[in-house]
Amino acid sequence: MAKAQVAKAAKRPDYVLFDRDTQSFIYNLQVNAAQRMLDFDYTSKRETPSVAAIVNPTGSDGYQKFFYGPKEVLVPVYKSLQNASARHPNVDVMINFASFRSAYSSTKEAFAIPQIRTVVIIAEGVPERRMKELTAEARKLRKNIIGPATVGGVVAGAFKIGNTGGTIENIVDSKLHRPGSVGFVSKSGGLSNETYNIVSRNTDGIYEGIAIGGDKYPGSTLIEHLLRFQANPDIKMLVSLGEVGGIDEYDIVDALRKKKITKPLVIWVTGTCTKAFKTEVQFGHAGAKADADRETADAKNKALKDAGAIVPNSFDDYGLRIRETYEKLVRKGTIKPRPEPDVPKVPMDYAAAVKAKMIRKPTNFICTISDDRGEELMYRNMAISEVFKQDIGVGGVISLLWFKRLLPKYCTKFIEMCLMVTADHGPAVSGAHNCIVTTRAGKDLISSIVSGMLTIGPRFGGAVDGAAQMMSAALDAGKAPAQFVKEMKDKGLNIQGIGHLIKSVHNPDMRVEIIKGYAKKNFKSTKVLDYALAVERLTTQKRDNLILNVDGCIGVCFADMLRSEMPKEEADEYIRMGALNALFVVGRTMGMVGHHLDQKRLKQPLYRHPWDDIAYMLDQ
Amino acid sequence: MAQKAIREAHGKQMMARLLKEYAGGKYVVEDNFISVGPKTDLRKLPSKYKWLREKKLVVKPDQLIKRRGKNKLILVGKTYDEAVKWIKEKSSGPITIYGKFDAKGKPLDKGTEGTLTHFIIEPMVPHKETDECYVAITSNRDGDKILFYHKGGVNVGDVDAKALKLQVPVGKFPTAEELEKSLMRNLPATRRKLVAGFVEGLYKFYADLNFAYLEINPIVVLKDRVVPLDLAAKLDDTAEFESGKKWGDIEFPPPFGRTLSKEEAYIEDLDSKTGASLKLTVLNPKGRVWTMVAGGGASVIYADTITDLGYMSEMANYGEYSGDPNEEFTYKYAKTILDLMTREKDPRGKVLIIGGGIANFTDVANTFKGIVRALREYQDKLRRNDIKIYVRRGGPNYKEGLRIMRELGTEIKVPIDVYGPETHMTKVVPMAMEALKKGGR
Repeated sequence: MAKAQVAKAAKRPDYVLFDRDTQSFIYNLQVNAAQRMLDFDYTSKRETPSVAAIVNPTGSDGYQKFFYGPKEVLVPVYKSLQNASARHPNVDVMINFASFRSAYSSTKEAFAIPQIRTVVIIAEGVPERRMKELTAEARKLRKNIIGPATVGGVVAGAFKIGNTGGTIENIVDSKLHRPGSVGFVSKSGGLSNETYNIVSRNTDGIYEGIAIGGDKYPGSTLIEHLLRFQANPDIKMLVSLGEVGGIDEYDIVDALRKKKITKPLVIWVTGTCTKAFKTEVQFGHAGAKADADRETADAKNKALKDAGAIVPNSFDDYGLRIRETYEKLVRKGTIKPRPEPDVPKVPMDYAAAVKAKMIRKPTNFICTISDDRGEELMYRNMAISEVFKQDIGVGGVISLLWFKRLLPKYCTKFIEMCLMVTADHGPAVSGAHNCIVTTRAGKDLISSIVSGMLTIGPRFGGAVDGAAQMMSAALDAGKAPAQFVKEMKDKGLNIQGIGHLIKSVHNPDMRVEIIKGYAKKNFKSTKVLDYALAVERLTTQKRDNLILNVDGCIGVCFADMLRSEMPKEEADEYIRMGALNALFVVGRTMGMVGHHLDQKRLKQPLYRHPWDDIAYMLDQ
Repeated sequence: MAQKAIREAHGKQMMARLLKEYAGGKYVVEDNFISVGPKTDLRKLPSKYKWLREKKLVVKPDQLIKRRGKNKLILVGKTYDEAVKWIKEKSSGPITIYGKFDAKGKPLDKGTEGTLTHFIIEPMVPHKETDECYVAITSNRDGDKILFYHKGGVNVGDVDAKALKLQVPVGKFPTAEELEKSLMRNLPATRRKLVAGFVEGLYKFYADLNFAYLEINPIVVLKDRVVPLDLAAKLDDTAEFESGKKWGDIEFPPPFGRTLSKEEAYIEDLDSKTGASLKLTVLNPKGRVWTMVAGGGASVIYADTITDLGYMSEMANYGEYSGDPNEEFTYKYAKTILDLMTREKDPRGKVLIIGGGIANFTDVANTFKGIVRALREYQDKLRRNDIKIYVRRGGPNYKEGLRIMRELGTEIKVPIDVYGPETHMTKVVPMAMEALKKGGR
């Protein structure tokens, strides 16, 4: 197949730049343009896609996924044009989407590859001198340039350059998906869509349409394409749009006079309005400026008419003249109208259908706490700039993201205090220890922290949750503290949040004092704390280290805080879901990061636990 | 975006700075060209440039004006104080510049009115008329053309016909010998080498700096050097990324006589703030045909058709919006036009053409949002001024866009006729002209 295509490419006559077998490279990763070409291909029922590969000089080799009708296909992507050419010897067109800075060098690169016959330069703003060099080189090497500053062109039902023709609906409306009999060439790419529409409404449609681009020195000119159309037996009539400025249209005048163009030509040179301007106005195109009387639209229209072209009186009867010319050719039998083929429908893109409110689908995920899609990141209902303006602190951010509301200052400050007192508890506790051992095994930060984190649970750190739940449940059930303590003892259960290894009534834990003191002073209510303290009074009578420990104190105070700021049921739900344990997780993460960095800094080697610290008691 | 003219002073300063590099160090143009603008403090200049008080001076306006000699706008051989007085006098109010003269020096056209704001001051170069030559380099698709004539100055005449020419293919650089052979044969033999060497360097300078046009008339040939007296030049401004550093701090001044109205300046400012394009030229504020057309190419064709149908004198503005400006920008653009066209009532009524071709990918309904907002805001004034609106557009979502426009017409009770791609792009122009003929509603 590839061989047959290479043979086909080599056989194309000079007047055919693109046909139904033409394959191209897209230079630069222009996903939308490539997809539009493939949509055109599908609608035109091409046998092979018109895009053989994408050359992405700043990327790496790989594949890009595209739709071909309803199916998905892979198009290869190459970093180097050389490599792409070697792999796809049948490709003879490069559509160059390089910027105005690199359009020159990439086009030169393409010219150096013998199989590349035509380069389309899309960029606007390529320096004139560079374009002149490329044009001279193309002439020497017998290659073709379309552009720069163009959308490209189309051979109806065969090959479409990049974004030419607009949406697929417009392409079908303008009958670009199957061949007609009209060869059209203009400078402007923006107006080509309009002309395809005019031609499709007044004739059997476009055979080939080319926009050469609005520069003063385009790589190919109107006359070159008109002469190609003249040579192509499938094209029966010519339509063209010229423009004020430059003298290129006089080459057409010359060709008409010398009978090099004999097919009927309907042409209009735009810019007849320039005589209304007092000083010169630069229109959109670089070349659209008359520097002499000969370059005005009026002079050019007159010269063309005198040479035998069909020139309307204004753009307004351009369509009429095209229709008359077409009908004459039909009457003469030169053009035989063909039946319309059926049109395979390109499915609508999901995004476009959503935008047009034509489809809906249930979502798989819901999020109610943050949104990064708009102008600014939102935490709940607060923009990030407002987070800083109001200086809500880490406590405020936690309040927004965890409890979906901005709690009052006394609460957010309390949250921060909890984080501060839980940040670290020395290297010996299970979390920090695991983190250190993992770090010393040469693992990365995340692995080391996760290793420590995984020890957090019912015995380590989990007392925050447990204490809050147990104490508040007992309080809510209306149990007297003594009854609660007795019940727990009867069941053989420890009371969560009570008891400390070292600290005791006589040697109080400063952390507990700080938390307790703050709650007593600032909270609206401390019922759960008070209950826990009543329980502590009973337990410390049994042993003086059975005090309310820091985990327990944080837990019960937090329960008090939540209950004063939201309905009791909601507050209890947060505790059940693990919001309090989360405080310990966030706080302790700071400590574990510290231990990880510390061990790395000290270049500590792999830890191996000493044998003599393990009692080996295997069955003898 | 194209070839743009630069000030004479900037062109000469570039030559003074760089020509020697391209001419093997042999030709030195002294850097004594001073550009005077409205902000230049004329009192302070002599302390910076001592020669201003020591030499006889030449002063000329520096605003892309052709035929300054025939317009009597060259001051020659005066002192600095006389020069300052002359500059103040010439820039004190609007003057008229003519483009064509008969043999006796009588103007043959209506001329262009404008105000002089920029001048160039340089030392006078004493020379004989026979020392003057003409040299120009022009650009064409195949390369460049060097024109040389052994005489020069104000009365050089039709150089296109008289000058010797050398077409230089792109990428080639003619040697001094080649130039001497092809261009200098009418010059006294003793001067040929000197001038040929200068032109050799000048062409390299022209090519490497991405000039698109360079004319020196006259260049003065002295015993051992060549001095550019009058210079006009254009640069290819797309080459800014290649040659911008060598150009230095230059500007591309507007043509003489084009001063922006408040509204034009406002739109130019808007244009500079968006990646999209917004353009406005007011041609005749009393005109009855106003346009608001999407797309550079389409806007020209609408203006053409108005002209071709014989309503050039009624055409109030030229403008375009393209490149998908957002709602805020189209709103501001539309408001500016509506404001201009409703300032003064014409009993015969006015028309507004909201035109455009078939858009490629721009959502038509979206771009109409800003225009609809402006029309709604101006509805009272639109009714009071008997304004009839014609809409024509195609492209993505155009049906929705046209529906919005149709409904707006009913809502604000302003006649809005709406057409899509089934109607020829400019058909609304003859319809609007017909309405104008009938006069007020």
